Amino acid sequence: MIDVKHLSKSFGDHLVLNDISEHIYPGDKVVIIGPSGSGKSTFLRSLNLLEPPTAGTITFDGVEITNPKTDIDTVRRKMGMVFQHFNLFPNMTILHNITLAPVRTGLMNQAQAEEQAMTLLRRVGLEEKASSYPSQLSGGQKQRIAIVRALAMNPKVMLFDEPTSALDPEMVGEVLAVMKELAADGMTMVVVTHEMGFAREVGNRILFMDGGKILEQGAPEAVFGNPQNPRLQDFLSKVL
Amino acid sequence: MELYEAWKPLLREGTATFSQEFYVKFYQAFIDGGRWQQYLKGVGTTLMATAMALTIGIVLGVIVAMIRTAHDQQRPGHHNPILALLNTVCKIYVTVIRGTPMMVQLLIMGFVIFSSSRNYTLIGALTLGINSGAYVSEIIRGGLMALDPGQAEAGRSLGLNYIDTMRFIVIPQAFKAILPSLGNEFIILLKDTSLITVIGGKELVYAAQAIYGRTYEQMYPLLGIAVIYLVLVIIFSWLLSILERRLRQSDRR
Repeated sequence: MIDVKHLSKSFGDHLVLNDISEHIYPGDKVVIIGPSGSGKSTFLRSLNLLEPPTAGTITFDGVEITNPKTDIDTVRRKMGMVFQHFNLFPNMTILHNITLAPVRTGLMNQAQAEEQAMTLLRRVGLEEKASSYPSQLSGGQKQRIAIVRALAMNPKVMLFDEPTSALDPEMVGEVLAVMKELAADGMTMVVVTHEMGFAREVGNRILFMDGGKILEQGAPEAVFGNPQNPRLQDFLSKVL
Repeated sequence: MELYEAWKPLLREGTATFSQEFYVKFYQAFIDGGRWQQYLKGVGTTLMATAMALTIGIVLGVIVAMIRTAHDQQRPGHHNPILALLNTVCKIYVTVIRGTPMMVQLLIMGFVIFSSSRNYTLIGALTLGINSGAYVSEIIRGGLMALDPGQAEAGRSLGLNYIDTMRFIVIPQAFKAILPSLGNEFIILLKDTSLITVIGGKELVYAAQAIYGRTYEQMYPLLGIAVIYLVLVIIFSWLLSILERRLRQSDRR
């Protein structure tokens, strides 16, 4: 589904991603772990070109999105993204936050978008917040809305950039529950997270990144149960 | 009227009391010969020039700010040569306008560039608008840069294009943030219309000058227009604070 070949990214002289090649298959639940500064967020953000790579190619659904001629807006409509800091639009109601993109991109009309938004909101148990503003919600509620907002575009893949890192501990669970439900529905997901429990439970593949490279990858049982790379062993000994 | 006619000779003789003198001079400055109408016309011209200059300033400011931020936020390796050229033009514009006094700009526009035109107020308003645009563009640019980049990223990640992201997400939030500075710029503009007088624009200062040119009494007309400017600014500040409060509604919790 997403094919990454020889992806490199540098900020000035600093090489953040170092020649990464990876393939994400439909239905995959890929969880990326690693110490901070390892390039995992940058890798995720380059998948929808929020972070344009310095070298290499990314192909999504047969379209080479790193080609400057590709209309990246059309590609991004099929890739939902959830951010660490939610990034809800504070100037709009929750309902408007969710319906803006589907309506403006011509995916559906206002009535359809609102109907779909209410269905999604019901799924995450926040339908009574439709006319609230983001500032009136808790962090966990904001992040669930952010997930709904991305889902409203009917994406083929969902990218999560540390979705629970900015949350109070008691709110992490409600967001992870929504993500688990999404995974159970068969959504293709790429998740950068520090939630090792979630990684083990939901991920079908774990990527361990450090120094801009994927140092080890495999099924959760293998990566957590029998880590090979010394850096991974060291990392796991600190976080588990 | 009768009192004015009766007390006027006393002033010449030098035997008038303070209140008699005040009455006569006040009458001369504001009422005699329907002079209040000249002030009223001056206020009208001042407001019209302000409105025109403000419109020009905001349009120019938005265009310049959009070009400059679009240029600065280009993806590395995607340098658009047209955008680069426009950006240079905008930078020169801001540098020249901010680097020269408004009075000099007015004199150049009035006596050099449009020396054959008689429509001084229009030229004045145009000059003020061009001047204001440079400052407004920097205010807007500040507002755009201060906004969390995550907002634009969220918009783009949903597949919205650059224009829609700006229109629905970035600009409404930036506008709210820069409203106090914009209000400040607006008030400065209102007062700066007084400079149009130097090229012959018939606004408030012109009215005052015309009147004391005939009565040889400067204090009353000048204090009078000072009060008029003050009242105008107070009214507009009040209106701005109402607008600010309304825009802040989404912040309530």
